[in-house]
Amino acid sequence: MAFLFYLAFCVLVGGLAWRMVTYARTPAPLKIPTTPAPTTVPGVVFRMAREVLLFESLFKANLWIWGFGILFHFGLVLVLARHLRYFTDPVWGWVVLIQPFGIYGGMVMVAGLAGLWVRRLAVERIRYISTPSDHLMLLLLLTIGISGLSMTFGSHPDVVGVKRFFEGWQTFSPHPLPDSALLVLHLMGVAVLMIIFPFSKLLHAPGVFFSPSRNQVDNPRERRHMAGWAARFDKETPHG
Amino acid sequence: MADTVTAPPYRVIPIVPALKPGAMKDVRSFVANEKIQTAIGFPGKLTDDWKERALSKMGELLGQYRSLKVYMDACVHCGACSDKCHYFIGTQDPKNMPVARQDLMRSVYRRYFTLAGKWFPRLVGARELTREVLDEWYTYFNQCSECRRCSVFCPYGIDTAEVTMAAREILDSVGYGQKYSNEIIGKVHSIGNNLGLPGPALQDTLLGLEEDVKEDTGVDVRFPIDVAGAEVLLITPSADFFAEPHIDSLIGYAKVFHAAGIRWTLSTKASEAGNFGMFIGNYDQLRRIALRIREAALELGVKRIVVGECGHAWRVAYSFWNTLTGIGAGANDPFALQLQRQLDGRYRQPTHICELTWDLIERGALSFDKSANDAYVVTFHDSCNVARGSRMGETPGGQFEIPRNIIRAVAHHFVEMPENTIREQTFCCGGGGGLLTDDLIDLRVKGALPRMEALQEVAKTHGVNFMATICAICKAQFSKVLPYYQFDRRVVGGVHQLVSNAIQLGLHH
Repeated sequence: MAFLFYLAFCVLVGGLAWRMVTYARTPAPLKIPTTPAPTTVPGVVFRMAREVLLFESLFKANLWIWGFGILFHFGLVLVLARHLRYFTDPVWGWVVLIQPFGIYGGMVMVAGLAGLWVRRLAVERIRYISTPSDHLMLLLLLTIGISGLSMTFGSHPDVVGVKRFFEGWQTFSPHPLPDSALLVLHLMGVAVLMIIFPFSKLLHAPGVFFSPSRNQVDNPRERRHMAGWAARFDKETPHG
Repeated sequence: MADTVTAPPYRVIPIVPALKPGAMKDVRSFVANEKIQTAIGFPGKLTDDWKERALSKMGELLGQYRSLKVYMDACVHCGACSDKCHYFIGTQDPKNMPVARQDLMRSVYRRYFTLAGKWFPRLVGARELTREVLDEWYTYFNQCSECRRCSVFCPYGIDTAEVTMAAREILDSVGYGQKYSNEIIGKVHSIGNNLGLPGPALQDTLLGLEEDVKEDTGVDVRFPIDVAGAEVLLITPSADFFAEPHIDSLIGYAKVFHAAGIRWTLSTKASEAGNFGMFIGNYDQLRRIALRIREAALELGVKRIVVGECGHAWRVAYSFWNTLTGIGAGANDPFALQLQRQLDGRYRQPTHICELTWDLIERGALSFDKSANDAYVVTFHDSCNVARGSRMGETPGGQFEIPRNIIRAVAHHFVEMPENTIREQTFCCGGGGGLLTDDLIDLRVKGALPRMEALQEVAKTHGVNFMATICAICKAQFSKVLPYYQFDRRVVGGVHQLVSNAIQLGLHH
């Protein structure tokens, strides 16, 4: 299991870095922000913040998807924060404080995922555009969420042992994982998620920051925008 | 063909329609012939090695456009866009849902450019690029008007227009181009404008207009062309020179220039604002067509470049001209500086005719008799490329306010259509993006449904009988489809048509 997590960690970090470098190195030759768009860089940062933190566009589009999406993503943030206790020693003060909220986060996250899946199955349009991987992704996330909640509310594994395992993992001195089928299921799910992240639609997470329609400043008349391959043309135009 | 086409009924409750798979699979725009294709540098007909070529072109574009690269990866199939496209609403064909349209390409992207698609094609919906898939691309990427409405609602800003442009570029590169757009691009290069009006015909038309306006108003309003040393070069869609109702807006621009005492000129060489290079996603064409404007501006020595009422042309002018031709400001290279030094830096370059007119109105340089438009209850149709691909004035959203301000300044009765059909959420007219052709009339009539519903509503509740707009394609499209929805075709017209009606000549100077 420790090895699997080393692999998953490398794939996640390496894969994401590779994708982000690819995005960053691909030029955006033309100004294509979806207008009305901010005319300054701080304005763009604010627009991106609204997009990433509040899902502004999705809010305009569809309140159901927005609601379930918010539940899932914000639940996930709380859950991830709660899990920091397995990776830090001593546990940071704010992580201690949010422990109970992490549990609510887990419930909310599962509820959001369930809602998204019901929508994917029940709404004809969304069923039409769904691929098997879309369903499997939800299954995987639900498996992780439900197995996690089951350990909180049902069969508690030896959390001290889990922490020792991850401390050992961080210092390359492996400790055995406590014996728990749910725990193994939970961690396997997480490892799979980490491995498929850079190869799947989960790339929407870094992708949104690179989306030209959202991250460009609306100032084409004020500043001459030149990027990459498109910049070389001028040199080829003899009469200027 | 037109006889068999009927408008879909208005939705009683504006709910999302049920899917009708395959409803539009046989509506295919005419394919360009060998002559049209080769005239603009594309293979004359589908090449034997089309598959290799298409995939290699796709790889090239993925490396050239960050938009395409990110958009291919980022979609999570959430469905936010699925009910936003006017063509989907009007046709109910699920492949006209933005996400499904993108997936026509995304499925191929996954198969050839991602590990998941190479290893588990079925799982992630990856497809081989077969002849059937290529045909499907041709059909459905010529049923997208590149209006960007979907991109407003996408949580990642995925813009189907970018995908459509890439698909058309790939199709062109294998010799599978669309007749309408590619023929027009050929005409721009050989004659100077989309409609193929030669210089002498243009001069005749303008002389005739001078006589008409003199007869109407008693004032000598000029329509100058190729006048070196004029202050303003007006770049306007060629439909303004002869089509109805477009020509009434051209008369409006001329009256504004006359009343403000601005010396202006048209150009034979650049007698077209439209740039279909954008529609087919071909950077080289986009740039070459735009460079005509630069050349005309340098030759005529003008100080300002003003663009007439044309939606996609304004997007190209506002967003792309500075990059493509150096018409704008803020350059530090000799190519762009040559022109930017000539142009008057006190004005935004290029300027939209609405910006120019509104600026004059604000400064009190124009007078109007608003009662001249009293026969009209006016509403305003935001044109997609202006609304979502450009700006006017200093602040975001100026492209919505300035045309409305002008209408309020020249007419007494102005009414808005429903909130979710205007401004950034405006619906395309149904004929944009290179689809304004009779071989797609079925699509055009159905695609107009959401706008016609909105118009019908304000016609019923407020007696709206004039829909002003600032786009040549919108005007032509609505003139054609309004009768299918039991409206008079003259319900549509330009903002400067209203200006023309109300402006008082000979008062200032």
